Amino acid sequence: MLKINVYDRDSITPLRSLMTNIGSLLASLLAIGIVFFLCGVNPLYAIAKIFTGSFGSMYGFKETITKAIPLILIGGGLALAFRAKFWNIGAEGQLLMGALMGTWIGLTWGSSIPSSILIPIMFAAGFIGGAFLGLIPAILKIKFSINEVISTLMLNYICAELITMLIVGPWKGNTRFGFPGTNNLNDAALLGVISGSRIHYVTLIIAIISILILSIIVYRTRFGYEVRVIGENPEAGKYAGIDFFKTTLVIMTLSGGLAGVAGVGELAGIHHYLGYPASISSGYGFTAIIVAWLAKLNPIYVLVSALFFAGILVGGDAIQISLGLPGATVQIVNGILLVFLIMGDYFLKHKVIVSFANNDSKIACAAKK
Amino acid sequence: MEDVVISVLHRTMVAGTPLLLGTVGEVICERSGILNLGVEGVMSVGAVVAFVVTYTTGNPWLALIAAILAGMIISLIHAFASITLMANQVVSGLALTMIGLGLSGMVGKPYVGKPLAVKMNDFAIPWLSDIPFVGPLLFKQSPFFYMAILLALAAWFFLERTLAGIKVRSTGENPRATETQGVNVTLVRYICVITGGAFSAMAGAHLSTSYSKSWIEGMTAGRGWIVIALTIFALWNPGKAIFGSFLFGGVFVLQYLLQPVGISPNFLAMLPYIATLLILFGMGLRDRRRLNAPAQLGEPYKRGER
Repeated sequence: MLKINVYDRDSITPLRSLMTNIGSLLASLLAIGIVFFLCGVNPLYAIAKIFTGSFGSMYGFKETITKAIPLILIGGGLALAFRAKFWNIGAEGQLLMGALMGTWIGLTWGSSIPSSILIPIMFAAGFIGGAFLGLIPAILKIKFSINEVISTLMLNYICAELITMLIVGPWKGNTRFGFPGTNNLNDAALLGVISGSRIHYVTLIIAIISILILSIIVYRTRFGYEVRVIGENPEAGKYAGIDFFKTTLVIMTLSGGLAGVAGVGELAGIHHYLGYPASISSGYGFTAIIVAWLAKLNPIYVLVSALFFAGILVGGDAIQISLGLPGATVQIVNGILLVFLIMGDYFLKHKVIVSFANNDSKIACAAKK
Repeated sequence: MEDVVISVLHRTMVAGTPLLLGTVGEVICERSGILNLGVEGVMSVGAVVAFVVTYTTGNPWLALIAAILAGMIISLIHAFASITLMANQVVSGLALTMIGLGLSGMVGKPYVGKPLAVKMNDFAIPWLSDIPFVGPLLFKQSPFFYMAILLALAAWFFLERTLAGIKVRSTGENPRATETQGVNVTLVRYICVITGGAFSAMAGAHLSTSYSKSWIEGMTAGRGWIVIALTIFALWNPGKAIFGSFLFGGVFVLQYLLQPVGISPNFLAMLPYIATLLILFGMGLRDRRRLNAPAQLGEPYKRGER
């Protein structure tokens, strides 16, 4: 007879936390392998290809860093929001809003303002755009108790349609041969890249600085403490006199703003024009949710987990090409990873002992009674 | 003119059907205290499974059964994570959506752009469909429509008028007290999550075998999220879900009505999402206590803890 006993753990050491995460990752790789196998794909080859495609070559590694840039920015912002249990699922829309604002600035002043002034204005506009979109659900939640998961998601859809409306309508470029999309931004509005790669280093530097600032905010300021209290014990927060409205506004300004900055980076560093929403962001807003979760909502760890998931995105592209798998493959991989990560939390907090209770002990139990 | 009105209202009913199925499922699930944000993913799985089975066997009823089974199985992921392992329900539901959308994209890829030879045919109910105006509107519909209405009424009766329904509701309100009455909270919640999955999958099957007769990635287009908003709008009551779903069906139809007027189709495509926000806004203006949300919604239940 199989017997399962569960005990609460008294303390969680960082080492145990790390080991649990590694265990979750290994378990999810197993599950992903099974899914691949059921879909008629050699699982060992596919999983190996994901990692060799992303970390196994210089080209792959450069691409991995490129894709890590938006994930670091968004993942850091989400880590802050999720700490307060504000479920911002709208980073995708906030990124698009940033790209939209960047495009607007770039198209309007691209030929009249020098690059050294234009680029900072674009990033600032992107931050404002993303923050604006992030503030809407924050206000709706605190003042009208509207579930932020739904409002942020609805804004994603609305933003995507708004951009499509612009690129087939008023912003449609005359150099696109009738295809939807704006004209290319002027050279002054484009970001430099490290030669031989697509790494737009300005955004990368902004991303790393943002992470450092975020970790100071989270661990070294009163505000960071308030964010934690709101998330972990809102009742206590009320008694302590924390202003929920103000705190949530600041959280979402940062979280949305950073996603907006990521949008400007993608626009000015990679695409150089505003096209279809799905091409501007390949689901960074959603992948970043898992990035933040794997990082245990610690901004510094976001750097590592963003790199890891960027690798999966790049490796996912690699197996799509070499095995002819659909784009949705990466989504399955991400979803399974997320499920196992949250399941792993249970084993972090509880000690589970599985034992075989034999007949003798049953008799012993009966005898005691 | 009357024909136009009937045609518009008929399409409203068709567009509202998947919303109603999904909402009733989510109401049952949330009444037991589990928030399931995986509706969008489960719907998508239901759509692809129903499409593939109809495509290969030519039998949409067999396809419906297969879709329901698939929906129940994949919902187990959320049930296990959120009930047994007490994981965060928001994150677990999101993961279910990712997996569902991913799996359906992967499975459905070879079928993109292939039309169905057979579909779930509309069925005119004898006698009733001859009634002027009401007949063609309500009694010449796809079987999904009849099932949605009947299931919504049945779910209302079950939740509000039966002992088992009281057990489900009290599980969502106060699981600890419910457990002392000899109810297995874990089991009740598992059943409700899986039932919700079955309903969402039916909604998906409607989309691919009756509404559009084809499969494209992302064809659920946010309906799974609208369903979650409708659950709040319906005040967790399957009866009120009927009204809400067809109201939103109307918003979907409005898109096609306004297109010839010259409004940008992209702007019209925003309408359901804007309407969702507006409706939640309206709900937010009401007194929170009258919203009637299950008290323990989204809270994991740990047995034996005081």
